[in-house]
Amino acid sequence: MAGEATITLEVFRYRPDDDGEATIQDYRVPYHEHWVVLDALNWIKDHADGTLSFRWSCRMGVCGSCGMMVNGEAKLTCAVFLKDYYPSAIRVEPLINFPVERDLVISMDDFLAKLQAVKPWLIRDDEEPPGAEYLQTPSQLAQYQQFSMCINCMLCYAACPEIDGIPDFLGPAAIALAHRYNLDSRDQGQSERQEVLGGEEAVWGCTFVGECTAVCPKNVDPAGAIQQAKVASTKDWYRHVLLPWGKR
Amino acid sequence: MRGPLRRPFPRDWFVRKGAYRRFMARELTSVFVGGYIVFLLVWLHQLGQGPQQYHALVETMRHPLAVMLHALALLAALYHSITWFNLTPAVMPLRIGEDRLPNAVVAIAMGYLPWVAVSGAILWGVLR
Repeated sequence: MAGEATITLEVFRYRPDDDGEATIQDYRVPYHEHWVVLDALNWIKDHADGTLSFRWSCRMGVCGSCGMMVNGEAKLTCAVFLKDYYPSAIRVEPLINFPVERDLVISMDDFLAKLQAVKPWLIRDDEEPPGAEYLQTPSQLAQYQQFSMCINCMLCYAACPEIDGIPDFLGPAAIALAHRYNLDSRDQGQSERQEVLGGEEAVWGCTFVGECTAVCPKNVDPAGAIQQAKVASTKDWYRHVLLPWGKR
Repeated sequence: MRGPLRRPFPRDWFVRKGAYRRFMARELTSVFVGGYIVFLLVWLHQLGQGPQQYHALVETMRHPLAVMLHALALLAALYHSITWFNLTPAVMPLRIGEDRLPNAVVAIAMGYLPWVAVSGAILWGVLR
């Protein structure tokens, strides 16, 4: 690489099959103005060290696979350019708040269980599905559309200081997803979701730090969704206390 | 072979980043807001004890340290209120049909306007 501009990537390494501790390994990577951090990681994998493990797929901010900590900030590595850090070194680590399987690969098991816990599908009282689709007006769609843009990249979990203190905290993406279905005019499952959503380990575990919204690459605003779910949860509680005979 | 590695959130997270520090400032200023409510209750209690006790407390409050504490409480309450007003649009978004009202409009309509109205009413009550 004589004469060629380079940039150093300080990459977090953890290999569970070795007995060694987690380490930081430096790689010198060719610097190109149009390269993103993911391009640099792929260069390392192809040219310098084939043992480096990380997840990626679409390279255009759609699949949500390549989320990592870049200089301590939760980012999609396909969306952060080397030029924004050059000539300084870039520290790349796995998403915080998640168990690390290997190098930059985190375990998603907890996250997937939390997503499933909020029943993210249309729940209907009627037993039979209709012969055709449920109708919905553009303004009914607008109610929840923003919250349906989530790509499950988990950056919001890596930005949330509450996750560490409350390990069972449902977390931003799962609550936003629950809120998305609660706002959907075709859905009738709010009371079913309320059992999961209403507790200390769900909406009331959030102190509105707001960083989940700041790091979201899709402008989903999970922090807003959680606060709106708190308002809905409070209304539900008052309804239950004032009208105990009514439908929840 | 070892299992997955746990990496906890840094213990000093609240000093690590401007946004986290601003969040902590918002949370901590609530101590002044709560503290001042306790002070107002004590003041009301003194008022009930008769004019002498009340005037004694007023005299104590003229002390520079008490004035400074009041100024500090006012600043903290202002920071607390303004940061919360600015968050109102995220908590209670208002829509007209498909369109969401701009954040500034919601913050003014649901935060600043009622604030000015209530403050004005109190001021009118005191000064008239």
